[in-house]
Amino acid sequence: MLQDDLNRIRAEATAQLAGASGKKELEELRVRYLGKKGEVTAILKQMGKLSPEERPVVGKLANEVRAAIEEALEARTSALSAAAFEEKLKSEKLDVTLPGRRPVLGHKHPLSLALDELKEIFLGMGFSIAEGPEVEYDYYNFEALNIPKGHPARDEQDTFYVNDKVLLRTQTSPMQVRTMEQQRPPIRVIAPGRCYRSDALDATHSPLFHQIEGLVVDKGITFAHLKGTLETFIKQLYGEDSVIRFRPHHFPFTEPSAEVDVQCFHCHGEGCRLCKGEGWIEILGGGMVHPKVLQNCNIDPEVYSGFAFGIGLERITMRKYNIDDIRLFYENDVRFLGQF
Amino acid sequence: MNLSMRWLKEFVDLPEMPIRQFTEAITLSGSKVESWQTEGSELDKVVVGKVLSLERHPDSDHLWITKIDIGSGEEPLQIVTGAQNLQVGDVVPVALHGSTLPGGKKIKKGKLRGVESNGMLCSLGELGLTQHDFPHAIEDGIMVLTEADGCDLTLGKDIRDALGFHDTTVEFEITSNRPDCFSVIGLAREAAATFDLPLKLHEPKVKGGAGDCTGLLDVKIEAPDLCPIYANRIVKNVRVKPSPRWMRERLRAMGVRPINNIVDITNYVMLEYGQPMHAFDLRSVGGRKIRVRRANAGESIVTLDGVERKLEPHQLIIADCDHPIAIAGVMGGEYSGILDDTTTIVFESACFDGVSVRTTARDQGMRTESSGRFEKGLDPNNCLPALERACELVELLDAGDVMDGVICDNPHLPEKRRIRFEPDWIRSFLAAPVSDDEMKKILEKLACTFDGDDILAPTFRPDLVHKADIAEEIARFYGYNTIESAPLPGGTQGRLTPKQKFQRLVSSTMEALGADEIMTYSFCSPKVYDKLLLAKDDPRRRSVVIRNPLGEDTSLMRTIALPGMLDVLAHNYNNRNERACLYELGNIYLPHESDEELPDERCILTCGLYGGGCDFFTAKGILEGLFARIHLAPWEAEACEDRPYYHPGRCARITCGEDVLGYLYEVHPKASENFGLGHEAVYGFELDMALLQAHAQLELEYQTLPRFPSVSRDLALLCKEDLPVAVLEKAIRKGAGKLLERIELFDVYQGEQILSGMKSVAFRLILRSKTATLTEEEIHAAMDRAMQELEAAGASLRA
Repeated sequence: MLQDDLNRIRAEATAQLAGASGKKELEELRVRYLGKKGEVTAILKQMGKLSPEERPVVGKLANEVRAAIEEALEARTSALSAAAFEEKLKSEKLDVTLPGRRPVLGHKHPLSLALDELKEIFLGMGFSIAEGPEVEYDYYNFEALNIPKGHPARDEQDTFYVNDKVLLRTQTSPMQVRTMEQQRPPIRVIAPGRCYRSDALDATHSPLFHQIEGLVVDKGITFAHLKGTLETFIKQLYGEDSVIRFRPHHFPFTEPSAEVDVQCFHCHGEGCRLCKGEGWIEILGGGMVHPKVLQNCNIDPEVYSGFAFGIGLERITMRKYNIDDIRLFYENDVRFLGQF
Repeated sequence: MNLSMRWLKEFVDLPEMPIRQFTEAITLSGSKVESWQTEGSELDKVVVGKVLSLERHPDSDHLWITKIDIGSGEEPLQIVTGAQNLQVGDVVPVALHGSTLPGGKKIKKGKLRGVESNGMLCSLGELGLTQHDFPHAIEDGIMVLTEADGCDLTLGKDIRDALGFHDTTVEFEITSNRPDCFSVIGLAREAAATFDLPLKLHEPKVKGGAGDCTGLLDVKIEAPDLCPIYANRIVKNVRVKPSPRWMRERLRAMGVRPINNIVDITNYVMLEYGQPMHAFDLRSVGGRKIRVRRANAGESIVTLDGVERKLEPHQLIIADCDHPIAIAGVMGGEYSGILDDTTTIVFESACFDGVSVRTTARDQGMRTESSGRFEKGLDPNNCLPALERACELVELLDAGDVMDGVICDNPHLPEKRRIRFEPDWIRSFLAAPVSDDEMKKILEKLACTFDGDDILAPTFRPDLVHKADIAEEIARFYGYNTIESAPLPGGTQGRLTPKQKFQRLVSSTMEALGADEIMTYSFCSPKVYDKLLLAKDDPRRRSVVIRNPLGEDTSLMRTIALPGMLDVLAHNYNNRNERACLYELGNIYLPHESDEELPDERCILTCGLYGGGCDFFTAKGILEGLFARIHLAPWEAEACEDRPYYHPGRCARITCGEDVLGYLYEVHPKASENFGLGHEAVYGFELDMALLQAHAQLELEYQTLPRFPSVSRDLALLCKEDLPVAVLEKAIRKGAGKLLERIELFDVYQGEQILSGMKSVAFRLILRSKTATLTEEEIHAAMDRAMQELEAAGASLRA
């Protein structure tokens, strides 16, 4: 019976296909069953012998068997290629712990990193950034800042002079005067830059260092604003939980003047080696702009008031990264720079 | 400024409190404490003992075996000592087993040449003292405690109590505006105000009675602009001897070495009143005349330190009838001091102009304790009370017989300064709710008085001039930390300027391209110009010169940024760092004709690299990457020999339009060797930031993405070997025109199959139209035009 043959073929073919283990074997099975001379084809060729009643029945069965074999073939083919793909992936296994090929990236100088952070804080508070000359007139560095010739404060800052009128600025404070000459209130600027003092180079002194000057002038600026601004700055820099105190001090160009300390991060005020037993670490100085300085800049101190402050960048940076030798900043060893 | 707490307490009844509480409070009211030290705090387990017996050590010719009674009622201690000055019965300091001496030295029992020793007998030095502290003790041997030196001889007593170590010395940082605080009384006033206690001032009283001094000395101020007051009192029958223990202790606590009663009195008054005093032998005053005048041309003086000093006519001196006897406020003359046979001395208490004293001391190269005080500007009204105090002490110490009367010239004494009291202004300036009464109370504690609406500020407070100065006084005692902080009102916007933004862009790009940022000194040594092989007359040698440099290395402001970079590269190279790729954004300082004009400060981007297989084109690649990032306008590089410090065959001038932006280079091998880089090749570039910014295109506009396909055509060309590739590229661009999207150079070849002196250069041209797919004809036409231009430039198609 042809039907029996077909059913047998189906059973045999699907069983063999399911057990086929490679592309070649699958192809052989396809030819054996579905090829021009294959077993299913051979049966179809015998269709002529059948009665007209049987023909559609067997034809239908033959088509079903062919479809089933094709399906089994398809299934086995994709199963095998999936397995082969899995195998391939397995063979591509890498030692993922081998090092990467890194593009070389440059590093920002730590002083720049700290300065960028500072700038960001002050930009956020509405300050602009001003710049001015490093080789400066005595007038801006001293005279206009209420430090006339013969003033003792001139000795405290050992100054590099070019001639009687020109010097290397010892502080960024001349930018206060330059800013007020160029701009009317409201003024809100910081002025970072290089400063020079004739200190011999050692672990904590450098003849070249950086300061950031700050200046705010407007109607109704008070000592409370000075405090608020510097507190915000310090908390943003060192964290909200920083403990801060203001301490009276003297600068010729501010009155009242203050130095600002943060409680030692190490001993929390107990006193340790880091803070030299004081429990506090001096961070910056500032004060209300001296009325004489405002007058020198043609700003009426009866109408306007302001405050100014100065921050030592090296000091802030050394504290931030726990750097104990200022010379590292200017040696620029790549093993140092690469840490930032 | 050191302060003895014991001395302070003579003027303020400070309650018992931990020293830290005192230092915190006075720091926060404005007198900053740097440190403090309790006397004898380094001494532990050192007691008073008595020598009961002395025996020679059997195995030594210099050691002694002593038995010491330390008052414990037990067996005497056996201690071996090497000192030769002891006698049975001497009372001495005994460091017991387990004791500590200054410098952290620990004493333990042990054996000395086989003989047990249970501690150590101490010398002055071992206790951290000198003979100035205890004049009856000797320096060379064990300290013997005496009643003459005021020691307590109770056996077993802690040595600190026996020697009277009870004091704590507090070191203050006094700011230059507060000359009054360089004194015990000044600091006592601050302490009294800080703790809200009364200040107990003492009014000195002199008995006198040794005769009238008028006529003994004729004093005249001839330079009243520099000396407002010059006062003297005379003491007869001077009896020079050590000062009593209490005075020595106070001086010692303040860091002043006791000498003898007269010198100690001048120092004591200086410390107490802040007024430098001078005592000199009446015999040294020629003609019994004292003139306070400017020096005459050609005058000189031998000062106390034995140095002969030429005097300049602007310098203020004290002279007798014809010679200078002191440089005013700085130092006395050699023969004016107290000598062994001195019988009559003159105490001088005067005030000199601060700026004058400062300039003179500086020009003479001798800053003294006295000049350091005068230069801060002292109060002329303090001179007479200080003089009285000195004479009172003379009587108290029985150091001589004080004559009646004061010899004084005082052309002008300052009056209290009037400052308008504006409490409303102060309240709003400080944003502090301090009442008028509170303000008045604070000011009165500081010795200010009131006259109607005016404050009268004492003359020892030259810093009180403006209402802002008054505000500071109020703030100090109201409390800086009591004033409530306020945020700044809004209203302004913080922005970077275009220049700042550009610098930020350049920095981040350089870092992305692999360069580390460096910072170098702005100054340099004149030698660097030689190291850079600059000709002797090279204009770049002209620099801003620092008149008072620390040394040659800081004597010039650099006109070229390269030396700083080379120094840093050399540092890295010599520290065996295999490679470095660095950049700096830093100024050079170009002087103008006149040095009274400020120099032109130009910011230069310098890049430098060595090692890691880098070459000229590594540097060029970084430069190209940077230029791409800042969208630099079309630029060109052409070979040049503009600078002696660059390799003559490996330097390109970088131009943009008319401007020379800078140079791309290998550093001249001699120059890099001069900087300590051996034979290591150094590459880099320098660019002027202002010009770079001027040609950068930072306003960007989007270009539509291509919608039509591109075609590529390769060209293999042959040309002379010295024809720069840039010339060929330029020819291609000119010929291919708008259709050319980009050119890629993919091969440069010289060697076999190429005629010598020639090179083969292969380009790939990528062509594209924005409006349509290119036709073969269009492509051919563009390539033909490119070839025509190339041929004109001296290249031919390689067969």
